[in-house]
Formats: sequence, structure tokens, C-alpha cells
Amino acid sequence: MTVSEWLKATWTRQHQRDGFLLGLAVGIFGITFGVLSISAGLAEWQAVAMSLFMFTGASQFAAVGVIDAGGNPASALGTALRLAARNGAYALSVGKIMPPGKGRKLLAAQLVIDESSAMAQAQPTLREAQEAFWTTGLSVFVFWNLGTLIGVLVGGIIGDPMVWGLDAAFPAAFFALLLPHLNKREKRRSAFIGAAIAMVAIPVLPSGLPVVLAGFGAVVGARARTKRQGQN
Amino acid sequence: MTWWLLAGLLIGCYFFKVAGLFVAENSRLSPWADRFLSCLTPAVLSGLIIVQTFDFGGELAMGALTVGVATGAAAALLKAPLAVVLVVASATTAVTRLF
Repeated sequence: MTVSEWLKATWTRQHQRDGFLLGLAVGIFGITFGVLSISAGLAEWQAVAMSLFMFTGASQFAAVGVIDAGGNPASALGTALRLAARNGAYALSVGKIMPPGKGRKLLAAQLVIDESSAMAQAQPTLREAQEAFWTTGLSVFVFWNLGTLIGVLVGGIIGDPMVWGLDAAFPAAFFALLLPHLNKREKRRSAFIGAAIAMVAIPVLPSGLPVVLAGFGAVVGARARTKRQGQN
Repeated sequence: MTWWLLAGLLIGCYFFKVAGLFVAENSRLSPWADRFLSCLTPAVLSGLIIVQTFDFGGELAMGALTVGVATGAAAALLKAPLAVVLVVASATTAVTRLF
């Protein structure tokens, strides 16, 4: 298969194309991350290492933000790890669709983030879920790191993504990816309870925890079905 | 950035991801646990949507961002392709911010 054939095959399939686009949008924030890191006093290689090895945007922005504000390293670490914890929940879920094999899993683990998990879970078949996971994960990885490099070496070439309203693009996309779930009773219930938990938690808990806590919506959602079956 | 902070960040973030994958693989799942795992992403994702839409520095609030997300969500409900949802949400937020 030539490169152009491969590109065409990827582009004509919706989940592949969507994964590619999500990565592109994330890449724009990668530039912002690079710029912020430098202005917070990080060395270039540190910003690049964070994007390559942490590879979870919210935590990276939070850590750099704390440093920039003159906060202490322990609180930077704590904030970043609280935000990274939700990837553990995604990984539990994504683990179901992963083919066995240790090496591939160690690699796949790094790609478990909001976008790849959301895309994988929205697919109707196992095969498409796997394809969506890898395409989205790799696309976000490439563009996020490319963006970071640009931000670090060149600076902010396209201005503040907030001015473009790009911060609204992700929750809206996640909503679109959540919709296919809502026709299943237990998933619908889990999503609604998760949303309610987050609402209540936002004003009282530190950042990161409301999202993790929303996972408990799944406990109630999954339990509800068991109960009903028990009655049958 | 001190070396131990950087090391902690790199190791800590990877730890959550890899731990989740291997726990999922090595547990023989009851039907309940299986359902729980399939419900987990919808639950976490909807929590994330709420946070990304209404969390303004630890306070529940609404702003241009909220308007944009709501418009993008409406486009999604009308079965618009993801690319359209991205553009509608961003453009609405950008325009709302002008006022």
C-alpha cells in the first residue's frame, strides 16, 4: 500500500478521520504548552520530556501553572497526579479491548488519555474500537509533541487558542462521543450520575478529583442492571 | 524544575495508565465487573464534560465557554459530524467572547 492509498483509506473512514482531527486540535494546545513552559522557566528539554513521557495535557498544564505561580514542587506534583488519575479509570475500561501482549500494552498504556478512550468507547465494534484507540492516540501523541516543539523552539505562532474558542471544542466533542452510549440504560444512568457527582464536587474538591469521583457513577449504573435482572 | 519533580511527574502519570491496563487484564471478571468497566468511561467522560464546561477555577459558573459547548452539543444531537461539532463549538465560543 502506498502512502497516498493509506491516507485515503484512513480519511474515508469516519472514526479514523475523527481521531486524526482531534489530534490536530490538541496539537494547537501543545504549542501553548511549550510557550507556557518556557515562560515558567523550564528548560526546553524539560518541556519536551513532559510531553513525550507524561503525555496528559491537563496534568502538564497544571504542573507548569503551579511552577509559574511560584508554588512549591510538591503541590505541583500533587495537582498533576490528581488530574492524571482519571487515565487509570480509562485504562481499566480500555483494557477490555486490548489484544493480549505485554509489549504492545506497555506502549498502548502511554496513549490512554481522554481523546483515545472517548473515541474507542464510542465505536460499535471491537475492531473499530481498537482502530479508533490507536489512530486517535497516535494522532494526539504526534501533534501534541509537534506542538510542544514548535512552542518551545518557535513560540506562539497562532496566538492564544482561547481566542479561537478551542477550549470549547473538547467538551463538545466528548459529548458527541458520549451520545452513542446513552441509548443503553446502564450507561445512560452511569453518565448522568457521573455528571451529577462532578457538579457537586467541583466547588468542594480540588481539581482533578471531581472527574475521578464521577467514575462512581458507573458503580451505581452497573448495579442498577444487576438488581433488575435479579428480580426477573 | 527540580529533577525529582520531573521524575515524579513522568513516572506518576505513566503509572496510572499502565496500572489500569494490567489490572483490567489480570482480573477474571464477573458479569457485574464487566458491566462496571463498560460503564466507567461514560461516567468519567460525562464528569469531564461537566468540569470542562462549568468549572471556572473551582466554582460552578457559566461563560462564553459554556455557550460554545452547548451549541456544539446541539450540533452533535443533530448528528453533525465530529469536525462540525468542533468548529461550531469553537466558533460560537470565540464570537461570544467578543462581547
